Amino acid sequence: MATSTHPVAPPVAQHTGTARRRPRGRALTPYLFLILPLLLLLTFTYFPVVNMIFYSLTSWRGLGPVGEFVGADNYVEIATRPELFGVFTVSVYYIAASVVQILLALYFATILSFDTRFRNLFKGILFFPYLINGVAIGMVFLFFFQPGGTLDSVLSAAGLGSLSQQWLGDPDVVNYSLAGTSIWRYLGLNFVLFLGAIQSIPPHLYEAADIDGATKWEQFRHIVLPGIRPIVGLSFILAISGSLSVFEIPYIMTGGANGSETFVIQTVDMAFKYHKVGLASAMAVVLLLIILLVTWVQRRIVPDEKVDLT
Amino acid sequence: MRRAGLVALALVLAGCGNSGGTDSGTDGEVTGEITVLTQRTDIVDTVFAEYKKAFEAKYPGTTVKFEAITDYEGEVRIRMNTQDYGDVLPIPNSVTADQLATFFEPLGSVDELKDRYRFVRTEQTFEDKVYGVAITGNAQGFVYNKTVWQAAGATVPPKTPDEFLAGLQAIKDRTEAIPLYTNYKDKWPLGQWENLRGGVTGDPDAVIKLGEDTAPWAAGKEHYVFDSLLFDAVQRGLVEPDPSTTNWEQSKVLLGTGKVATMMLGSWSIVQMQQAAPNKTDIGYMPFPAQTGGAFHTVVSGDYKNGINVNSKNKATAKAWIDWFATESGYAVDQGGISPVISDQLPDTLADLTAAGTRFIELNPAPKGKEGLADKIGNEAEIALFDGDYRQKIVDAARGASKQSKDELFNDLNTRWAEAQSSLK
Repeated sequence: MATSTHPVAPPVAQHTGTARRRPRGRALTPYLFLILPLLLLLTFTYFPVVNMIFYSLTSWRGLGPVGEFVGADNYVEIATRPELFGVFTVSVYYIAASVVQILLALYFATILSFDTRFRNLFKGILFFPYLINGVAIGMVFLFFFQPGGTLDSVLSAAGLGSLSQQWLGDPDVVNYSLAGTSIWRYLGLNFVLFLGAIQSIPPHLYEAADIDGATKWEQFRHIVLPGIRPIVGLSFILAISGSLSVFEIPYIMTGGANGSETFVIQTVDMAFKYHKVGLASAMAVVLLLIILLVTWVQRRIVPDEKVDLT
Repeated sequence: MRRAGLVALALVLAGCGNSGGTDSGTDGEVTGEITVLTQRTDIVDTVFAEYKKAFEAKYPGTTVKFEAITDYEGEVRIRMNTQDYGDVLPIPNSVTADQLATFFEPLGSVDELKDRYRFVRTEQTFEDKVYGVAITGNAQGFVYNKTVWQAAGATVPPKTPDEFLAGLQAIKDRTEAIPLYTNYKDKWPLGQWENLRGGVTGDPDAVIKLGEDTAPWAAGKEHYVFDSLLFDAVQRGLVEPDPSTTNWEQSKVLLGTGKVATMMLGSWSIVQMQQAAPNKTDIGYMPFPAQTGGAFHTVVSGDYKNGINVNSKNKATAKAWIDWFATESGYAVDQGGISPVISDQLPDTLADLTAAGTRFIELNPAPKGKEGLADKIGNEAEIALFDGDYRQKIVDAARGASKQSKDELFNDLNTRWAEAQSSLK
């Protein structure tokens, strides 16, 4: 739709005189359809965000009249308390886990995009964890990691009993356990995204490659991967921003104890345990900015290119 | 972030709440409908349904509706930013004394109520006005399994922290039981330790002094004494092997069947432990192992206090419900707690404490302007005394999961405390 390359008369000119005019109501129709979703979006996303930014400039305690206006004090406090950012080291575990997760998802999606026997069954099995409620997953894995729980039983049945340890109790292990749970939970989503993208690649490309004598690996390398590149890029952006704001799994399973505290858990504690809502809002704004920044950097490093398989 | 959104939404909805209406105070006619909030999700459809019947029979023309809330503290605090938080509700613990008048209707002056109800002198009271009547009251100490302590040949009740630890050691050596269960994972049971303040020294001014103290974790102070007891028990391996996977519901059965010997919990827990035990008489209760003037002390304090929403349109009926709940429902006695009515007897559940010659004390009211000071300092210092969070760190340090020593940990707490204290002045 780049108008500059089409030096034709502006369409307005054609409307003068006898040109057919669309009824006014119909021109409005798309906007009418937009009103409701936009209203919901404003109410539940933009308005609370504006509010949050406003709270971050106050010393509100979460109850009663909004506290006094303190300007940038909360932001200054965050900037002068480096220990508040120490928890981002925990995110490194989740970032590493999300790389593993994306590679695994890519692997499964590629295998199951070929004509594999029982492929629909395997698709279901891989996607299923994503459908389970996060709280239930937390509970299930709590039992799984208990001393003498499922994991220990399986290990000792396989003759690896010496490997069993305190999966959540040992501060050197707890983040691996939690990140592992996170892989299990979100693998299905990546997998389905990749599978959808792979299946939209025209099948004649594979046929042509087959005729040219390309191996499966070469097909993956030169057809599948370039074909789904935007989806892989998107997955990485989601994975990194997700890793920076992990909440559900560690909050339910350990409550952030034992060195598994993440930035969002810290923020929630600040607001609802120490009742420093102003400071907590400022922390949430800072996290938002960090995520925007990381996403921007990622887009600069890996620009979004148009896929062209022809 | 998502919670912040909820708060914002709550503020929006506040505009749509019921405003205005006739306000006749608490003296009007007892009739019409009231909504009662409760934290007891477990018995709202059974025991509370009976209460509803009895109350409506006594006051014809009234209707009582309940709303049971699971995450009571968290949810109600957010709801209180609107006007719609029921007619009668247990006052959330996080409401500070100076905020009471903004949200709750005064029930009367301290002088009017102090001869009738326990706890009204100090708790949920501000500037001589009482805002809540306790639903029940608790003493503090350790709930334990008598059979296990006997089998280990340990002295009951121990008189010093060392004797107590020796008892736990004997249980570890001579029985299969876990000597002390921390309930680390659920966090709030570790917050229960905070209720021991006042009971260690037997000083009714303990909490007032805590607010003035610049180093509560210095040797010999109350917090040093009971937090050390926790630290030492964990360090000597006298607790569950993996604290991070404890389970509250299961812990009741473990104590009842003698797989766990001891837990630090308020006396409210006795009835629940008895229900989980095959043999009710196995469950005992001991005071904190410290004596002053040759006697054990325990602080008795109110549980949640029922208050009236200041925006309620039916305050007369709400008031009637609060009085009826305290005096006639029998809730406190049925739950094994101390009745808020002064003339009522101590419950049977506390017979063990009485037999040990424990003195029951109530804390003194803070001087004007100092109400809730200690807890405010705790929040400002990001220690949050009643939350259990900082005691999780004590357990982590004691079992070697974090690299802190006891001295480092306590010094750090003292420093943060002192800083917060001076910033509040």
